[in-house]
Amino acid sequence: MRYAMAVDTKKCVGCSDCVVACQTENKVPIGYCRDWVVEVMDGTYPQLEIEIRSERCNHCENSPCVRCCPTGASHYADGGVVLVTPDECIGCGACIASCPYDARYPHPDGYVDKCTFCLDNRVKKGLDPACVSVCPTKCMYFGDLDDPNSPVSKVLKKRKFKTLIPEAGTQPQLYFLI
Amino acid sequence: MKEELIISGRMNQFIDPTLHIWHWHIPLYLFLGGLSAGILFFAAYFTITGKEDKYPTAVKLAPFLTPVLLSVGLLALLLDLKHKTYFWRLYTTIRIESPMSWGAWTLMVVTPLSFVWSALNIKTLFPNWDWKYKFLYDLEAFFRKNIKPIAWILLIFSLILGVYTGILFSAFNARPLWNTSILGPLFLTSGLSTGAAAIVLLSRNHAERLTFARIDLMLIGIEVFLIIHMFMGFLASTQVHIEAAELFLGGPYTTPFWLFVFTLGLAVPAVLEMLELKKFHLPYWIAPALVIAGGLIFRFLMANAGQASRWLY
Ligand code: SF4
Ligand code: SF4
Repeated sequence: MRYAMAVDTKKCVGCSDCVVACQTENKVPIGYCRDWVVEVMDGTYPQLEIEIRSERCNHCENSPCVRCCPTGASHYADGGVVLVTPDECIGCGACIASCPYDARYPHPDGYVDKCTFCLDNRVKKGLDPACVSVCPTKCMYFGDLDDPNSPVSKVLKKRKFKTLIPEAGTQPQLYFLI
Repeated sequence: MKEELIISGRMNQFIDPTLHIWHWHIPLYLFLGGLSAGILFFAAYFTITGKEDKYPTAVKLAPFLTPVLLSVGLLALLLDLKHKTYFWRLYTTIRIESPMSWGAWTLMVVTPLSFVWSALNIKTLFPNWDWKYKFLYDLEAFFRKNIKPIAWILLIFSLILGVYTGILFSAFNARPLWNTSILGPLFLTSGLSTGAAAIVLLSRNHAERLTFARIDLMLIGIEVFLIIHMFMGFLASTQVHIEAAELFLGGPYTTPFWLFVFTLGLAVPAVLEMLELKKFHLPYWIAPALVIAGGLIFRFLMANAGQASRWLY
């Protein structure tokens, strides 16, 4: 089993509903976010191109955050989802410094927090992660890459995609449809 | 002109706009670890080579600093943790892949040894010291009988500690400035150099001072070579590494680095030490004090600049 997510940069309008849904579902402390929207504009005026991406932890297959964690609090859970066990985490910040995407943050309670793909609270109950389920443009796809009929497998077969800084060697599992 | 504008909706504390998760604690801890590693390395080395009487400061006096330095370093590390009450989790597992883990274990070997070493030499500071209890005298006799093996363990672990202070940073490929394997040897050399400087500062013996000034001069030479090598490596590498080097080559860290670390912390003390060796009489404490201050500033600059260096995507 290999959970992954695909985000359609052509459909995303940058409304940030996914951000609010995550903050609500996961009781993210005020002022923090586990997912966020990035807008990249490039080109020469008036030929400008804009790409909008809903980003979060990439649940990397070769994740530096799991590697550098001194206690094993950061670990691979079911389907390769990268999780933090709060009461094994000492809050040393090594994993925060190790993530090329800056996807982690120190929770005000001391441990380190980040996107969980809603593994325990939704996915294991057969639901999509909160961000995926609320997206008004339905631009996100979630599922198991080992299952050829999962939404994410199907869309990755049809569309061109990229991952973020694959040259960092992290083998990210968050795909952006381009 | 083609331009790229990136707007992010994320504003997490300690992460954005640039990472600043580590403040003064980690660089201070790395500096104290390196300095202690340097002092203990020389104490162990000159014990193994049987030169205790020739270099009494290095072998007997300077190591008294290390239990204090290491304890302060450990306290800084503890203060840096955000989930402090779970500190003990560091010591319920060893994770070889994680420098933070094996570094914490290395400290658990070196710190007690630094206390043992000081206890064995307690009469240097307090000539009338009395251990009071017989078992303490027995313990002392036991350690004294095994001083050579202990010195060997100390020698190896002090080197590991010194290298670790650099590897802690270099293991993070997310921060291009840190992601160079030169950082391990560089921080080790800097730690040995600050250790030699501390011995020069403490020594009342002219011949010993000159020996350690000579050792320090050599270490400064290696350090300069490694620093130049590091920047050459960055400039010949990928765009993110070039940008990391530029933090120090025209970027915001240029003046503090080249003025305080390179000039005042390495070049000036090297010249002063050369003059000293040529028998010019200058206040002997200036060079080692500059070396130690330079080593401290170097750790702070690397810690801050490293967090400012990143991949852009
Ligand atoms: S995106 Fe960052 S936090 Fe998530 S698995 Fe990769 S390295 Fe770890
Ligand atoms: S902050 Fe917590 S999860 Fe992160 S590396 Fe340290 S112990 Fe592991």
